[in-house]
Amino acid sequence: MSAQLAAIFDPGFFTSQIVQVAATVSALAAVVCGTVGVFTVIRGQSFAGEALGDISTTGGSGAFLVGVGPLWGFGVAAVAAAAVMELIGIQRPRGRDLATGIVLGAGLGLAALFLYLDSVYHNTTGATVSIVFGSMFTIASSAIPAVIAFSAIAVCLVAALGRPLLLSSISPELAAARGIPVRLVGVAYLLALAIAIALAAFTIGTILSTALLVGPAAIALRLTRSPARAIAAAAAIGIAATWLSILLAYDSYDWYHQSGKYWPVSFFVVTLIFLGYLMAGLPRRLRRRREIAPDPARG
Amino acid sequence: MFSGFMIHAWTVATIVAVVAGLVGFFVVLRGSAFVAHAIPNGSFAGAAAASLVGINTLIGFGVFAFFGAFSISALGHRGRHDVATALTLVLMLGLGALFVTLSVEYTPEVYSLLFGEILGVSISQLIPTAGLAVVCVIAIALLYRPLMLSSLLPDVAEARGIATARIDLAFLAVVALATTMTVPVVGTLLIFSLMIGAPAAARSFTDKPLQALGLSVAIALAIVWAAIALSYQTNYPVGFFVGTVSAASYTVGRLWAAWTRHAGIRSPTGPRVGPKYT
Repeated sequence: MSAQLAAIFDPGFFTSQIVQVAATVSALAAVVCGTVGVFTVIRGQSFAGEALGDISTTGGSGAFLVGVGPLWGFGVAAVAAAAVMELIGIQRPRGRDLATGIVLGAGLGLAALFLYLDSVYHNTTGATVSIVFGSMFTIASSAIPAVIAFSAIAVCLVAALGRPLLLSSISPELAAARGIPVRLVGVAYLLALAIAIALAAFTIGTILSTALLVGPAAIALRLTRSPARAIAAAAAIGIAATWLSILLAYDSYDWYHQSGKYWPVSFFVVTLIFLGYLMAGLPRRLRRRREIAPDPARG
Repeated sequence: MFSGFMIHAWTVATIVAVVAGLVGFFVVLRGSAFVAHAIPNGSFAGAAAASLVGINTLIGFGVFAFFGAFSISALGHRGRHDVATALTLVLMLGLGALFVTLSVEYTPEVYSLLFGEILGVSISQLIPTAGLAVVCVIAIALLYRPLMLSSLLPDVAEARGIATARIDLAFLAVVALATTMTVPVVGTLLIFSLMIGAPAAARSFTDKPLQALGLSVAIALAIVWAAIALSYQTNYPVGFFVGTVSAASYTVGRLWAAWTRHAGIRSPTGPRVGPKYT
């Protein structure tokens, strides 16, 4: 029995400090992303999340340039980008798409510049990969307090917004009719989104951060209709996906031609979440097939 | 600035700008900025895969771009693409991350794939790009009327018997095609900024579709030409200038629209109407 366990959990897995730090950070990020992500999916703002994630590349590379921790770079860039998006009109659905795209384009332009400067001044090309695709096994344990603080702010923000946020996400007109300041709620929510994205970018890399934000929430909303249950489920799915990925990545050291390289954790996170999304859609699809003829709208 | 290898850069930039201006016009019209971001970005994994197994990167790009387009179309339903797009994108990017890690020699190229290397274009890259560009323009010309109708008035298009779902898929395929031809030479960022920035700016200046289409191509050309010239002068990456100049042109467009609206020349929405109707 212990031999089989040892085959699954490589020796040293539980005692490795690197793994412990990665597990802690990813669990916090998963909880925040689950909470915020459910609203992102309900509001149809996946693109905003994706754009904020990409733009935090700008922050990460800028932070590398001036020599501060990447988390701060991610956070500042995401919050600033969210503010600009809000300014140029994120309220109307179509204009929102456009505003997001414009900010994203400009942000990536800056990222190109910063990464170029990084490679000039620091004489390294590794920054691009580690910022863009994340490197969970290199997170320093000293980053944990900042991660906890960021997480607490985001979760408290969503908790404080509570029902008005839910109502204005489902039906902005109804919320406005009830006297909820929809725009203000939207701004506060965008702030929470920016923080969640910064955490996700820190965990699985800037351009993959959407996976942690949107993926577990989308799976959860396929399984349950109740928002509270969806948040809990999304957080649990996020933690399960990241922890399993850490384990797989840790084991992957000698999978490919004995290459002696860890496969990226982010790859496993993304793949597991995508598979989960497909599987979560199966019950509904099967039920629909049994009850009625194939949906003509999908033909 | 106009000698030797720079000629290739100017030529390729011109081709790319024309295609981006055309395709981007419909991207903005249909509000599918996210898809236009996801397909080029995700197909980068294809290049990484191609280099891992040792085949032409253009093939890798093509396969992943079309795979992305089809799975976005298959997973999303009733025009709601956003979650499907996000998940398809990150899956492809995740694969890209894996391939990059596994192939040792590839790492420095990640930057050039993401942010483009237009100044290093060779004649062997120029020919397939030009060929695919022609295909792209022809496809847009053939799709023009149904695409325009289903973008602006989806209900009317349905009623007229246009298969909007099929048009949607065809459009995604065109985006994938445009991606395949442009990304290997200019990077995912440049193409996205052009596809969104130029048409969005163009639409602020005019409401007539054909005029906006022409203007969109013109603005895209102006952006890339300015970006190459600036990049040549300063040595900073082309992508930086394309991104910022695109955003700046959109800002100018918005200011222009606000100013004309203020002067009472145009109604805030809908077609052009005289001051007496507003």
